[in-house]
Amino acid sequence: MNLESYIRERLGERKVLLMTHLIAGYPSLEENWRMLEIMGEVGVDLVELQMPFSEPVADGPTFARANQSALEKGISLTQYFDLMKRSTRQFTFPHLMMGYYNTAFRLGHGAYCDALSDGGSVGYILPDLPVEEGEELFELSRERELHPIQLMTPTNTDQRLAEIGQRAAGFVYVVARRGVTGSRTEIDPELFSFVERCRRATNVPLALGFGLGSGADLKRLQGTVEIGIVGSQLLRVWEEEGESAYVDLLRDLGEGRY
Amino acid sequence: MGALTDEIFAPERPGYFGSFGGAFVPEILRSTLDELIEVFDEARADESFWPEFLQVMQSYSCRPTPITYLENLTREIGGAQIFIKREDLNQTGAHKANNVMGQGLLVKRMGKRRVIAETGAGQHGVATATMAARFGLDCTIYMGAVDVERQRPNVFWMEQLGATVVAVEDGAATLKDAINECLRDWAYSMEDTHYALGTACGPHPFPQIVAYFQRIIGLESREQMLACPARLPDRVYACVGGGSNATGLFLGFLEDPEVELVGIEAGGLGLSSGQHAARLAGGMGVPGVAQGYKTYFFQNDEGQMQHTHSVSAGLDYIGVSPILAHWHECGRMRTESATDAEVIDALKLLMRTEGIIGALESCHGLAGGLREAATMDPEQTVLINMSGRGDKDIFTIADALDDAKWKEFLRQKVDKL
Repeated sequence: MNLESYIRERLGERKVLLMTHLIAGYPSLEENWRMLEIMGEVGVDLVELQMPFSEPVADGPTFARANQSALEKGISLTQYFDLMKRSTRQFTFPHLMMGYYNTAFRLGHGAYCDALSDGGSVGYILPDLPVEEGEELFELSRERELHPIQLMTPTNTDQRLAEIGQRAAGFVYVVARRGVTGSRTEIDPELFSFVERCRRATNVPLALGFGLGSGADLKRLQGTVEIGIVGSQLLRVWEEEGESAYVDLLRDLGEGRY
Repeated sequence: MGALTDEIFAPERPGYFGSFGGAFVPEILRSTLDELIEVFDEARADESFWPEFLQVMQSYSCRPTPITYLENLTREIGGAQIFIKREDLNQTGAHKANNVMGQGLLVKRMGKRRVIAETGAGQHGVATATMAARFGLDCTIYMGAVDVERQRPNVFWMEQLGATVVAVEDGAATLKDAINECLRDWAYSMEDTHYALGTACGPHPFPQIVAYFQRIIGLESREQMLACPARLPDRVYACVGGGSNATGLFLGFLEDPEVELVGIEAGGLGLSSGQHAARLAGGMGVPGVAQGYKTYFFQNDEGQMQHTHSVSAGLDYIGVSPILAHWHECGRMRTESATDAEVIDALKLLMRTEGIIGALESCHGLAGGLREAATMDPEQTVLINMSGRGDKDIFTIADALDDAKWKEFLRQKVDKL
């Protein structure tokens, strides 16, 4: 699948797309499946399926604890790829692997790409793999039509954004602010000017993440970026308010696209 | 400088030592690492910088630290002559002062107002807190909750020195988790905050910066050995946790091929028990990428980091300096291990025969050195880095020695509360 074409096509019917996130094995594989079913019912546009790692430096407290808990419960790569395979067969939204580079490094770049292709994934997000370290993996990915999703951040210089933009495929993950996953982002003029800088560095669609929590947030992104990413808020609602609140939030987010 | 030293301070591929090192960090940190590289490169190109560093260390931290010939212990062991480098005599009682004061000078150049650091045993935390007090910086120390519990006296001192100590509950709640938490804090705070990483690990340029300041140990040692006993040691020993004291000592002898460099890792309950932190010597470490760099990590087949064990919190760590990983792989450094029990025996012997209370970490180097010295000729010499002193770790050491009178004292203290 060409991810960029999928996104552009999808934008014919919506003003912004919704990418949601879940951590494999947290709270449990069974609950993961229920989350995916709800995402399927609401018709989210893209899903990030995170493989837990013992040293999740890019994750804030909520996800860091979830990574650890999933590992303590014994989540393995076999279970992870099994969940991905079942999910890609069942649901139509494209799946991206999210995780940390050591998973790819330990498996070996070739085996990692094979496992992703076999699982039906369209690509991956590895926040601790900078572009200059990823050449070999990116090359192998291209051969298998896997999209290495690059990240742009507000502290990057224009020159650095351009370097990242050159390697972009599918879309670019725009980190809206400093810090780690899970804190609020103000949708303000500073954010818009950063998005403009990203726009100049790449032609692929932009996905904006870090701290989005409602359909209203998503509405405010219409016309600014192509995709809104929601992660921590979904997990927080699942944990604290339960399944029906989770359904409500996803419906609200889904409506924020129009 | 020779070719091997150039590999560390002017490598062909920036940030890499052979195939180890690099900077695998979230993109948000890229700009602040670039800023640090620039300031560090400017500083080391500035001829006045190293003398400024030496002046600080001489006036504030008892440098040059002496080399002591352990005459009694040599007689007791009956092999090679044993010398130790007295890093235990530094400000705050460990070689950690070398690195933090150096990084403090870089913080001044960058004009930042706050410093954060991870700590395992608490030595680097205490050292950073003293530096922050001296240089007028705000200071936050991240420490695994397990370590906070086993190193309460160091937490007390950090707080008295004005630092905020944050107990990290995530993961194994030890050193590696404190490093993760520092990286997270830094991802927010980098504009006015410097991360003073305490060992020669982490993303480029940290291994290089820490090696640059810690090489003061090796430079002094080489000169001192040439003055008296007027010869280079046959072998030099240092304990290896993250690897800062070993890197610092070994850099002084790197270009002397006749000097064998021996790193001693924490053998814990023995290599066959699986309860240890011998990533190189134990053959249990495999190359991986975590905490911002590529090195040998104690991990499983799927790349998840495993729990390490050591009697000394300072060696209880999953990774090892990429510089040492490189020397290990190219054969310049030999790596061995010493068990908890051997280390406690070595410490007891050092105290009784020489009146020196070494840190448990440093006594790994001592235990490895003594084991080998016994098999060497009396004309040969070994130099061991006594990287820190142990008297401030009285709670840990008393525990390790299982001292009954100490336990009774604690009981009485508690009763009086």
